[in-house]
Amino acid sequence: MKVARAHPLWLAYILHRLSGIGLALFLPVHFWVLSYALNDAAKLDAFLTLTEMPLVKLAEFGLVFLLAVHLFGGLRLIALEWLPWSAPQKTWAAAAVAGSLFISGTFFLQAI
Amino acid sequence: MPGQDHLTVTVQRGGPGAPLRPQTFEVPAYNNQTVLDVVSWIQQNADPTLTYRFACRVGMCGSCAMMVNGVPRWTCRTHVSKVLDGNAIEVGPLRNLPVIKDLAADMDPFFDKWVAAEGRHHPTRTREEEIAPVNPQAEERQAANAGIECINCSVCYSACDTVAGNPDYLGPAALQRAWTLYNDAKDADRDAILDAVSGKGGCHSCHSMGSCTAYCPNELDPLSAIAGLKRATAKRFFGGRR
Amino acid sequence: MSEFHLYMAQRLSALVMAPFVIVHIGVMIYAIQGGLSAAEILGRTQGSVFWFLFYGMFVIAVSIHAAIGLRTILGEWAGLRGRAQDGVAALIGLGLFALGAQAVWAVTA
Repeated sequence: MKVARAHPLWLAYILHRLSGIGLALFLPVHFWVLSYALNDAAKLDAFLTLTEMPLVKLAEFGLVFLLAVHLFGGLRLIALEWLPWSAPQKTWAAAAVAGSLFISGTFFLQAI
Repeated sequence: MPGQDHLTVTVQRGGPGAPLRPQTFEVPAYNNQTVLDVVSWIQQNADPTLTYRFACRVGMCGSCAMMVNGVPRWTCRTHVSKVLDGNAIEVGPLRNLPVIKDLAADMDPFFDKWVAAEGRHHPTRTREEEIAPVNPQAEERQAANAGIECINCSVCYSACDTVAGNPDYLGPAALQRAWTLYNDAKDADRDAILDAVSGKGGCHSCHSMGSCTAYCPNELDPLSAIAGLKRATAKRFFGGRR
Repeated sequence: MSEFHLYMAQRLSALVMAPFVIVHIGVMIYAIQGGLSAAEILGRTQGSVFWFLFYGMFVIAVSIHAAIGLRTILGEWAGLRGRAQDGVAALIGLGLFALGAQAVWAVTA
């Protein structure tokens, strides 16, 4: 039987988990590319020119979105757990997503 | 249900020896029919071997909980008209629990975890002493009252994906019970409660996905109770008492 | 380390990182104006004690945070238990730290 679960807090949970996995997969690549700077700055530059491609730009937007959504989702979680929690939690979840969209949107607008 | 005199009801059947498989029944539709009525009709008129569990039929005992169209519910308090998907409903045993047979889930793990979460009273006085007065206005009493109407139906336990992924996780009901006792002025061992919910599968395994609170038929809020336990354990870690 | 200590390490590393992430996003938005180049990045970071400490602490916190988070996911979604679960998570944490330390050294040394 298909389990019904699509309520706001569950969606906030799954978004937090998937963005965390995404960031964890991206980080080793990120570190690897930066460490080129140590022995071969030209190689780093060659890689950085890739960032001018529209598709890579879109991927960058995705990464910043992951980071922002994970940051605000995490702050929401800590607020829910550690601050007096009678505050409406759904509003927090919505605000988290809105804030992430705003920040990554700003990045996207600046980048293009 | 104008124009429809029958419902298509799919029941997940099986048990420990046989994996669940769906069986479909055509059940006469009536006004004000509950899902429990439908299951009882099948057992009484179509297949007497269908196994299910119920007792009070009025939402007090918590024994008739089943999965209905993917949502754990008290079947006695769920009107068919409220959950009908087209002209069909799907009924199955509660999720996250072993199946005894058909729609009857084995509640043992659920109750074992209730005990493991230190969900028992630690008395402050003996029976020789006077009864201690309880201030109903006290903040901690209000926190205890918020969770006290739990009837152990296991709907929250079945709704929780953390339970599904982590067999050690104590689950929302047991942890809410621990939080209720933690806030009880007549409970003498709060540290034992915090210790019990700080181990493997304790309150810190919760991801605040809130399916417990979303689906509790009594409109209780285990999510916030578990958050309270997290807060209490964190406070104790930093040296604050309460 | 008990489940509770892992939880506290997870939350505290998150709180440490929150301001770092905000600054990091800010620097990204600023740095990509007019394109990225190795010279531009290194000009900003090389020899800077501030950026060494900033990214150094960031890498330590993220290694702890990601290892604990992935440990939970390995348990819930990949069915790993006990020593296998802890071992893989520890390797992830150490690997991230090694790669991250190398990157921080590369851009700030």
